[in-house]
Amino acid sequence: MDFGAINPTILIASLMVAAVPIMLAALGELVVEKSGVLNLGVEGMMIIGAIAGFVTAVHTGSPVAGFAGGAVAGALLSLVFAFLTQFLLTNQVATGLALTLFGLGLSSLAGQGYNGIKPPATHAVPFGPLADIPFFGRVVFGHDWMVYASIALVALVWWVLRATRLGLVIRAVGENHEAAHSLGYKVNRIRLGCTVFGGAMAGLGGAYVSLVRVPQWTDGITAGAGWIALAIVVFASWKPWRVLIGAYLFGGITVLQLNLQAAGSRIPVEYLSMSPYLITILVLVIMSSGRGRAGLNAPAALGQNFHASR
Amino acid sequence: MQDILLSVEGIGKSYPGVRANDDVSFRIGTGEVHALLGENGAGKSTLVKMIYGLVKPDEGRMMLRGQPYAPVEPRAARAAGVAMVFQHFSLFEALNVAENVALGMENPPPMRELAARIRSVSEEYGLPLDPSRMVGDLSAGERQRVEIIRCLLQDPKLLIMDEPTSVLTPQEVGILFRTLRQLSSEGTAILYISHKLEEIRTLCDAATILRRGKVVGSADPRQSTARELAEMMVGAVLTPPERKAAEKGEVVLGVTALNAASPIPFGTSLKEVSFTVARGEVLGIAGVAGNGQDELLLALSGELKSAPDRVRIAGRAAGDLGPAERRRAGLVAAPEDRYGHAAAPDMSLVENAFLTGQIRRNLDRGGFIDWPATRAFADEIIATYDVRTPGNHVAARALSGGNLQKFLIGRELDQSPDVIVINQPTWGVDAAAAAAIRQAILNRAAEGAGVVVISQDLDELLEVSDMFAVLNEGRLTRPRPVKGLTIDEIGLMMGGAHGMEVAHHVEA
Repeated sequence: MDFGAINPTILIASLMVAAVPIMLAALGELVVEKSGVLNLGVEGMMIIGAIAGFVTAVHTGSPVAGFAGGAVAGALLSLVFAFLTQFLLTNQVATGLALTLFGLGLSSLAGQGYNGIKPPATHAVPFGPLADIPFFGRVVFGHDWMVYASIALVALVWWVLRATRLGLVIRAVGENHEAAHSLGYKVNRIRLGCTVFGGAMAGLGGAYVSLVRVPQWTDGITAGAGWIALAIVVFASWKPWRVLIGAYLFGGITVLQLNLQAAGSRIPVEYLSMSPYLITILVLVIMSSGRGRAGLNAPAALGQNFHASR
Repeated sequence: MQDILLSVEGIGKSYPGVRANDDVSFRIGTGEVHALLGENGAGKSTLVKMIYGLVKPDEGRMMLRGQPYAPVEPRAARAAGVAMVFQHFSLFEALNVAENVALGMENPPPMRELAARIRSVSEEYGLPLDPSRMVGDLSAGERQRVEIIRCLLQDPKLLIMDEPTSVLTPQEVGILFRTLRQLSSEGTAILYISHKLEEIRTLCDAATILRRGKVVGSADPRQSTARELAEMMVGAVLTPPERKAAEKGEVVLGVTALNAASPIPFGTSLKEVSFTVARGEVLGIAGVAGNGQDELLLALSGELKSAPDRVRIAGRAAGDLGPAERRRAGLVAAPEDRYGHAAAPDMSLVENAFLTGQIRRNLDRGGFIDWPATRAFADEIIATYDVRTPGNHVAARALSGGNLQKFLIGRELDQSPDVIVINQPTWGVDAAAAAAIRQAILNRAAEGAGVVVISQDLDELLEVSDMFAVLNEGRLTRPRPVKGLTIDEIGLMMGGAHGMEVAHHVEA
């Protein structure tokens, strides 16, 4: 294999960009799952965020408005999920899968006529001379604001879950909803709030794909990123900083295989393209082997609906 | 007469098909320890849930310190000075003690300050507790301390305790009572819910007795005998189960140095468990919940396998056999959890009868279910064990706890087994059904089966067992004959009070 053509500076810089969508979506899903809800519709909410963000940005000419539009669209779609599961008590797994299928179809419909358009560009944050430092200038100071925002959000979620009362209540609801209810917490409302936050984060991640990472609109643009985000939450054992590591790891493998392809590696393209997914499966198997849920640190009430009848 | 703290007047509450409470009235004075006595399903829990703001009454009113009191949610009740310790703990296993306490408070102080307050309050009341420990790692008695301290930190005027002693060792009960008396002398009223009469007679100043949602009387528990209270509670005269003297036969179940890792999160592993059970013998295994009872049942039923020679059924090595093969060898098992483990809740009684009866009652023909035979088996159980049900087609879920338990116990007992293993045979079952179940177990033993009864109800074990042993942190004490055992000896076998006495000695 030939590594000669791969520049490590560019590799690291571009893996940070590649990781943003899955990091945002995984971080949102982490909060959702911490509250005891399993929303498998991440892929659907991401792609709805991608098209909504794209359309908003194209029409307003502002990428910031585009990101906001993506987040709102993701949140709205998650609201459908929250209403179905929290108030009509539908099965969370089936509803989440349906949400993904619905999101994929709806985005395809809404995206008619937007193919081939270029969205307004999101520029790197001007750090002035700092950006000219060799290696660090490119890796640390050469990104658009969403890259920094995503890291800040990891820190924020970590702090809220660890140190605030809101975080404690969210964890309590995900751990034992019966007990939380008997202490007087509104289980379904707290879960609704978390689900909507997760939807907004997934939408934001989707918008980043169509506005920065690609940037244009094609059908199925998220290409399974939502599923990877779900896997990263498990990989991270429901811990925010590990989400960051997981996302960078996956982003790194994605970028590396692209670089290997470009460098003319003799491994067939198909194997390289599937490698990130294979490695994700492998990591999940290793993480889950031989230990129960407690070892994995999963919220005890994950995926169980709550109804205050008893 | 003391000042009236809380008065309840004409409270009523209906659920679809059930009148949970009907015109309930009683009063609690400041600093009074007031017992609420009644069988399972008498409406005690609904009543206290209304006082705690979890359930809204349909009619009637409550007065707290002379003011109208109608809490819309537990938060309002707590603000008014009412706190509650739940029967099934409202704790979070994956959170630590301080976090659990903080969740039950309106305005918790910062964590460091809260931890210091937990330490000081827990020492003041003789209930030592480390705020940084994970609740999942605590014993049942320690978990209850968390609940109590959570309440005490809010300086309650009325403390509601729902069946607090069902999971405690006798020594722990003694310490709890000391704490409650101390609280009472400081002016905190306690509403104490239980169906254990001796406890109420030693602790309480007054008692209100409920039956089928109605107040059927009040009594001064110190002046009444346990029998009088029981008959008011049950509304009938109870006869204790009779036992025929059975010949002890050869050993049918032998367990030698059985070790098993727990498959349950936060569970307890079994360590070097050894015992034997002979034909006609009932071995009672006591212990506070979470000391390996569930694991022992799994290891005996075959859901948890071990080396072949660790478990022997009628002399044959069976440690590596699964549940179906052990049934074939003559061992039947009834686990504690009725909905989900012992029964498939959404399947009919006939289908549930088939699920474990298939092997020993030959209910299948070449892979097909023999429905007539299965129906006959279900009907036989329903008739023999007096299961109250509209028919054998109803879903298991639709039966009340006591009726379903009678059905499930009957299903195992009617398979002419050599060995019977039962975990918590009468948990959540009313007194009449419990007596019937105990009698049925004794009858099978008299017919020559070896029986293992795992239970947290000491009175029950002393009533049915010939031999008595205690599970403590996964270890089983040497079985001893029930005859001649004192309650103090049993308490010591149960591991005393997990270091609680120390604190009280220091205080004294």
